[in-house]
Amino acid sequence: MATYKHSVSLEAEKCRGCTTCLKRCPTEAIRIRDGRAVINAERCIDCGECIKVCPYKAKKATHDSLSCIKNYKYSVALPAPSLYGQFENMPGIGRIIRGLRDLGFDDVYEVACAAELVSAYTRLYLQREDVKKPVISSACPTISRMISTNYPFLCENIMPILPPVDIAAYLAREKAKEEHPELSDEDIGIVFISPCPAKVSYVKNGFAGNRNYIDAVLSVRDVYFALLDVMKARQDEPSESTDAGIVGIGWATTGGEAKALFNERYLAADGIENCIEVLEQLDNSDLEGIDFIELNACAGGCVGGAMTVANPYVTQAKLQSLKQCLPVSPNRPASPWIPDQFFNKKTVEYQPYSALSDDKAEAMRMMGDIEAVMETLPKIDCGSCGAPTCMAFAEDIVKGETTADECTVNMRMLFHRYLEQRKEQSYLDRLNPLSKKEEDGKE
Amino acid sequence: MKAMSEPIRFHFDVDGEDFSSAGGASVIVKKKLRQLGLSPEIIRKVSIAMYEGEINMVIHANGGTADISVDDREITIVLADRGPGIPDIGLAMQEGYSTAKENIRTLGFGAGMGLPNMKKYSDEMQIETEIGVGTTVTMKIRL
Repeated sequence: MATYKHSVSLEAEKCRGCTTCLKRCPTEAIRIRDGRAVINAERCIDCGECIKVCPYKAKKATHDSLSCIKNYKYSVALPAPSLYGQFENMPGIGRIIRGLRDLGFDDVYEVACAAELVSAYTRLYLQREDVKKPVISSACPTISRMISTNYPFLCENIMPILPPVDIAAYLAREKAKEEHPELSDEDIGIVFISPCPAKVSYVKNGFAGNRNYIDAVLSVRDVYFALLDVMKARQDEPSESTDAGIVGIGWATTGGEAKALFNERYLAADGIENCIEVLEQLDNSDLEGIDFIELNACAGGCVGGAMTVANPYVTQAKLQSLKQCLPVSPNRPASPWIPDQFFNKKTVEYQPYSALSDDKAEAMRMMGDIEAVMETLPKIDCGSCGAPTCMAFAEDIVKGETTADECTVNMRMLFHRYLEQRKEQSYLDRLNPLSKKEEDGKE
Repeated sequence: MKAMSEPIRFHFDVDGEDFSSAGGASVIVKKKLRQLGLSPEIIRKVSIAMYEGEINMVIHANGGTADISVDDREITIVLADRGPGIPDIGLAMQEGYSTAKENIRTLGFGAGMGLPNMKKYSDEMQIETEIGVGTTVTMKIRL
């Protein structure tokens, strides 16, 4: 786990230790130490919640920059469908596709096209007798990582078919090689334009198994601003058209993937807290009558990713109008079976967080201490100590990562008692700026 | 022989009004057991047995209390309520038998699998019940 490469990171000089991110992190991965946020790499699932809420923009998503396409003789852009909904007054998706070529990409392969294939493959997969239901979508890497760290018995529910972005990358590379036989594998750069940091981590950690088909990952945000310039220059010229349909573009928002199964026995949820509740219920019961579960860590679905520009619901509205004149699902699989290379070679494995101690007796002793420390804490989860909850603080104390005097509530009580004992009322008066004013007024 | 360590205890009040938070105590206990480094199989047994018990207390008894103790040999779950009591335990243990009201069934609960599942996932289960006074279910899961 120590070698896991995260996309979400902190620019320490911008951080003021304000505790906003602390309270919003779904895995309690953040602590404030010496006035700055610190992210625990073992616990972080790259959901990007902290990036979205940071008032000082101190959290960032690491990704590649547009100039990376110069590293390849032939580069192919893989735009996520969420990109299409970012723009004001966009007459058609074709203009964005042409804009990507104008930015220097040699070709564009829409992830939405591959999404339509995945929808078709999922329908086939659900018909199999040997499948453990409900099948959980493999598209959101934050959810897959959440399951791998917390739900050992749900790992095998995750659909083993590769997410659209991997299939798009595979097909884009095949297409490039077919159209340009002179190119070697190293000459071709497959560049994904991602709405979220989780997909960056997914690619950089090679989750897709033996072979990673994606060479670089850009943010929707960077590409959006670059596109604004090039698209303006060619505003009045006719543009290309999209190869995707309603189904593929629908994947950008919650329910799009599930609805494309043409089977009402599905559950689609978004927002990491809602997703955790669904997973908890599924972990204890079997959610009868549900064949497929689509979970999106971000509110609204991929359009809510931390590397997008526009509000997720505004994006959704724009996508609705962009796709209304498109065919339902123009991309169809070449075969009535699922090709072997579209299966994930590596299934999701259970990788739990570390226990308190490798030694059971020691872990028991520590747990007892944690409960005892907890009794002394105010239980208001204020976060001032640098831990998200009093319970997390108690754990940190017992693990030796912090000290009990970081609890500002308990320290204030101690301080008051100390002053009372010494009858130093004047110190308390000095803390009250109003009492000082009154004195000044009298003079 | 090594002295048995002092058991760790967790106490929860299970709110009877709130269906959406039923199972909350089992989520916390699951996290605690994971921190102790117990196997996923053991944690699953505790989690399901507790979850079913919590739901039962919400459906039938307007809530109650859950007390869990962990020592180096076993995990003991005591679920106590001041509900109506169980008139016929034999009948209540039958799979599919339920006295849950229609409004609860429409929420997806009341399938008559609560007590049978609690028995299935625990190594030992004991029910003490008195009509009009309440029910206490004690479950043990050996480590």
